Amino acid sequence: MSTTHLRVITPERQVVDEDVEMVILRGTEGELGVLPQHAPLMTALDPAPLRLKRDGTWGVLAASAGFLEVGPRHVTVLVDSCERPEEIDVQRARAARKRAEERLKAKREDVDYARAKAALLRAVARLKAAGYDE
Amino acid sequence: MAENLKDIRRRIKSVKNTQQITKAMKMVAASKLRRAQSRAEAARPYAENLREVLQRVAARTSVVSHPLMAVRTVRKVAFLVLTSDRGLCGAYNANVLRQATQAVATVGERRYGIIAMGRKGRDFFRRRGYELLGEFAPVGDEARFEQAKAAAERAMALYTAEAVDEVVLVYTRFVSAMQQHAVAIPLLPISGEALRGEQHAVTGGYIFEPGAREILAAMLPKYVESQVFEALQEAKASEHGARMRAMDAATRNCADLIDRLTLRHNRARQAAITKEIIEIVTAVEAM
Repeated sequence: MSTTHLRVITPERQVVDEDVEMVILRGTEGELGVLPQHAPLMTALDPAPLRLKRDGTWGVLAASAGFLEVGPRHVTVLVDSCERPEEIDVQRARAARKRAEERLKAKREDVDYARAKAALLRAVARLKAAGYDE
Repeated sequence: MAENLKDIRRRIKSVKNTQQITKAMKMVAASKLRRAQSRAEAARPYAENLREVLQRVAARTSVVSHPLMAVRTVRKVAFLVLTSDRGLCGAYNANVLRQATQAVATVGERRYGIIAMGRKGRDFFRRRGYELLGEFAPVGDEARFEQAKAAAERAMALYTAEAVDEVVLVYTRFVSAMQQHAVAIPLLPISGEALRGEQHAVTGGYIFEPGAREILAAMLPKYVESQVFEALQEAKASEHGARMRAMDAATRNCADLIDRLTLRHNRARQAAITKEIIEIVTAVEAM
């Protein structure tokens, strides 16, 4: 099966640098799957689990907000943070999700909704990637 | 005489203890420097890719206008100053703070404020009564993106709210373990130059979702964050380098001091022995 070269890069390190058969991500405009030979594309990403298929098996990463660039022979994902399932602190993600939910429910003026929403999406992405789809 | 010998011995012991500490600190700094360098290495792909992608998007948008690029009449300048949390690193903080106060002196009639990153800088500016527009301390021994992001967000918030019209980044550039320079570089507004890169001209059309302009607008803050993060990494590597050198010098000074004290100790001992012999001889002669 044909492959495309995927790089997932955060400001601190390169998380993925390998050939993959398919990537599924969540753009701000909706979920999208990228196969080899995809047309050049650039989009912003929401925090979500990032699924990738290599050698016929699917893997998952927890990615935060960032950008996707699909070039002629490569796929580059630039995100603030990205973790493998084994690196995810489930307790912390649960606490973060609770905090964000409370903040969103509070409906107070001093709450930054965009921020709370992003925090919630990040926490949910982490929990999903870690296999806690509750 | 014997009392004096004891004193010298005690001093030698105390200097030896100090030497052990400075030696340990030097080795710790050396390993932290290596770590900082490999982390900086790991962080390079992001900065490079972000710049390339940014230039590619910018090439697609004819008119580039964004709140972070708005050039205004400068009434107030913010200085984002990166220092260490702790001392014992030679002239490291003194150099970067001198660079900062020199940069501040150039604003003339215009107003200014400080965003301090690192405890040493914060204390310095607070003591001297500078206006602090933000403080991030302690920073810790490792450059972490979250921290750079927080400081960058503060700078961008001040800028977009028009509380300041220019932001200058003051930090220590890492040249080598032996050489570091304090520098002051403009951070905001983002210059159009940064977005122009002829080598990244693209062939073939990109699909932009949503539009190229929206993507560019979302990317510019990331660019500022990435610049602050790079500066923080260099500052941290420089700090460890400076501390390593300072502690190396201190260890060598200790060795010199021990040599001198040992010489004095031996001399005093010799004198004591000679004196004793003279006393015995005179006693024997008197019999």
